[in-house]
This record gives sequence, C-alpha cells and structure tokens, in this order.
Amino acid sequence: MSAQPERIDVSGLPDYAFGQRSTLWWGTAGFIVIEATAFALALFAYFYLRSKSPEWPPGVAPPDLLWGTLNTLILLASTLPNQWAKNAAEAQKLGPVRLWLVVAMAFGVAFLVVRGFELAALNVAWDTNAYGSIVWAIMGLHTTHLLTDVVDTGVLTALMFTRHAHGRRFVDVSENAFYWYFVVLVWLPLYAVIYWVPRLH
Amino acid sequence: MLIAIPAGTQIFCWIATLWDGRPQFRTPLLFLLGFFFIFVIGGMSGLMVASVPLDTQVHDTYFVVAHLHYVLIGGAVFPLFGAFYYWFPKITGRMLDERAGRWNFWLFFIGFNLTFFPMHYLGLIGMPRRVYTYPGGLGWDELNLLVSMGAALIAASVALFVANAIWSRRHGQLAGDDPWNAGTLEWATTSPPQPWNFQEIPVVSGRAPLWEEPTPRQVVTGLRSDRRELLITGAVDAEPDHRGELPSTSIWPFLTALATTGLFIGSIFTPWAVPIGALPLFVTLVGWFWPKGGAAEPLPSPS
Repeated sequence: MSAQPERIDVSGLPDYAFGQRSTLWWGTAGFIVIEATAFALALFAYFYLRSKSPEWPPGVAPPDLLWGTLNTLILLASTLPNQWAKNAAEAQKLGPVRLWLVVAMAFGVAFLVVRGFELAALNVAWDTNAYGSIVWAIMGLHTTHLLTDVVDTGVLTALMFTRHAHGRRFVDVSENAFYWYFVVLVWLPLYAVIYWVPRLH
Repeated sequence: MLIAIPAGTQIFCWIATLWDGRPQFRTPLLFLLGFFFIFVIGGMSGLMVASVPLDTQVHDTYFVVAHLHYVLIGGAVFPLFGAFYYWFPKITGRMLDERAGRWNFWLFFIGFNLTFFPMHYLGLIGMPRRVYTYPGGLGWDELNLLVSMGAALIAASVALFVANAIWSRRHGQLAGDDPWNAGTLEWATTSPPQPWNFQEIPVVSGRAPLWEEPTPRQVVTGLRSDRRELLITGAVDAEPDHRGELPSTSIWPFLTALATTGLFIGSIFTPWAVPIGALPLFVTLVGWFWPKGGAAEPLPSPS
C-alpha cells in the first residue's frame, strides 16, 4: 500500500440545507417536470378532440364561470401565506411557520370546498361525450394534485406541533411551498382552457 | 430527420468515447463493435422505410421485420451481452471464460446476420410479415431455410452463454478489483463489492479517476455511522456542502404499494374504490413520511 490518503473531515458540515443545495429541491423539481408534462399532454388531448369536433363544446353549455373564477382568486391569494411560511421556514422560526402553515391550510381547504361547487357546475358529466371526459380528466388531475398537497401540508402542519419540528423539517416546509407554487401556476392555463376556450367563437 | 440526426450524433459520441478511452480487445468490446455494426445497418434501413415510395413497397413485409431486429437486437441485445461480460467480474468476483465469450460472440453475430439479413430481400420480393406459414413455390423457401439455420446458430450461442455464466460463476478465473484497467470508480473497490462500496468515500477529480490517480489522494471522513448519511455536494463544482440523511429500512413503502394496488384494481369495478381506497393510502403514506423517533432533539421554544 502507498501512503495514507489525506482525510477531509466533513463532520463539521450542517446536516441539512435549503433550496438548490437540498436533494429534496431537486426531487421536487424533477417531479414538477414530470407532472407538468402530464398536464401538457392532457391539454393536447383537449385541443385534439376540439379539432375533431364541428361544435365545441358539443351540445352542452360551457362550465359556469363563477366558481372557477372564485377558485382562481383563492389560489392566487394562497401564494401569500405560502411564501410567508416558506420565508419563516428558511429563517427557522417555528412560531411564524406554524401560523402561516395553518393559514395556508385554510386556503387549501377553502379551495377544495369551492372545487366541489365547480365540479357541480361543469354542465357536463364525464360519460356524456369526449368533451366531458377530457374536462373531467383535467379537473380530476388538478384536484388530485391539490388534494395530495393539502394533505401533505396538513401532515407537515401537524408535524410542526410535535417534537420533530426542527432542522430538516424546515426544509420540508420550504420545499412543500415550492411545490404549492407549481400547483397554483399550473392551474392558470387549465382555467383558461376549461373556462374560456369553450367561449371562443 | 427527428430520428436520423440524434441517432447519427450518438454514433459519433460512441466513437469519441472509444477514442478517448483505453479499449481492450476482449469479449465486451467485440459485442460493442457488433452493436455499432448491426445498429448502423438498422439505422440505414430505417432511412429507407422513412421514404414514402419505398415504404409503400415494403410496408408490412419482412423488410420491416429485418429492419426492426437490426435496430432492437443491435441496439439492445448486443450491448446487454457486452455489459454482462464487462460487469460479471465486478458482481461475482470471477471472469467469464474469454474463449467461450468469443465463440458466444461470433456464433451470435453470424447467426444474427444469417437470420435477419435475408429478410430484407424476402420483404422486397413480397413476403408479408406476421404470417406463420405460406404456400411453397413463391420463391421464399430457400431463404427461409437459411433464416432457420441462422436462428439455430443464435440458439447455440445463447446456450453457450448460459453455460459460460453458470460455469464461470464457480470456476472462472479470479477477477481482482480491476480486470480491465478501467478508469471509473466501481473498479477501485473489491469484486464483489462490500454492501457499503467504500469504507471512506474517495475524492475524485475527473471522469476516469483511476487513470488519473490509482489510489485516491484524498478521502472523505466524518460521516455519522449510526444512521445512513451521505455527503451532499454542490451541483456544479462538487464542493462538500452538507451531510444528507438517507431513509432507513421500512415496511411502509411496501404497505403503500399494497394500498395503491388495491385502489387501482378496485377502481376497475367501481369509482367508489377511489375515495375508499384513498384512506389506507393516506395512512400508509403518512406512516412512511412521519419522522421515526430516536433522532429527535428537544422542541425549541417558539420564537
């Protein structure tokens, strides 16, 4: 054997980091790329069906504007507590993290309740025709993303009131906020397509 | 063009990789060169079927069968054989027999071309694909006999391969750490490697660290050994950044998989399986993600 190699001691390094330094950020970013592709494919399917139909929507009224527009506003407003929770997590201040997570949760739950009214006002069932199927597919896809992120946020909020609320868990809160931005931003093109494309003449 | 340009580019990448490396003319390289040769022919016949007049003639004929086997067997099976010969010593600690490997390659290469090259011509003279038999006297008989003989050579080659793998697993020549004088890190550890790969993580300074410095000048120390920790570095310059904790063994991912399977299989029969099946899924996911006790520190006072 040759001479002993030089040892680089990393025991003094921190055991978590935020943003691009964290593997969780990269995992979330990769997941967002995959999910954004799924949404894009669903929109392609929507426009493909539209291009094959002489009438759009075929034989039914477009979705009512009220609930969908209200929900778009709720989602946009939710980015404020979301950002404040993210800021507080990165500053590792437990009090504000708890507060803004609870507020963000309230926005998420409000959104899901209004989503129920939205689905009831689509004016088409999923088995009426191809238009109904793709509208419900897109709405279902987005609702699944919202529901899972609200559940995720709920678990994190509960976690913040236990003995685990420290260190690496703040990274979880920060990256969860990052993902919430995706769920909000992806809704804007979906809203435009679901609610306004059927109104184009 | 969407296929031809990226495919052409990757062939130049392979040539550059060989050029830049230290190739050893042994069985893995034979399979690699066979792969280049076969795959490029498959790419050429791909250009042919991409042209409309030719496609009109050969569509749904044996020409297409020939083309797709040149692409798939050339592009996937030859490299798989090569990779098996290359990494078998790292996995088992023993070399596959080299002479049997050369027989394996040449039987496979000759058998493959004997099987699939005549199919180009069979397609051009009108033999449709997806038929299991045909009336005699159409002018296809002799070439199809040749094809069957080629297939027998392939079978002999694969049998020899299986025998080689089974025999070498116990009786093959001992491989040592790095039988190929390779440059990448897996060849720096023992064959077969220990579950932890390296006792201390070596610091590398390039793509072929073993060619640059056969024994590492620097190693990383100071990771905790009472939990699964790994050094996380910066994405660009690989500067040490922090010590990331990896998950420990857990039954929860398996339970989550069971819950997911139940949800989707149930949804074939009734939409109610989705909301009902979501409940066990919720429980298993939360069980998976909830921090496991032990490492918790005292609750800091809210500030």
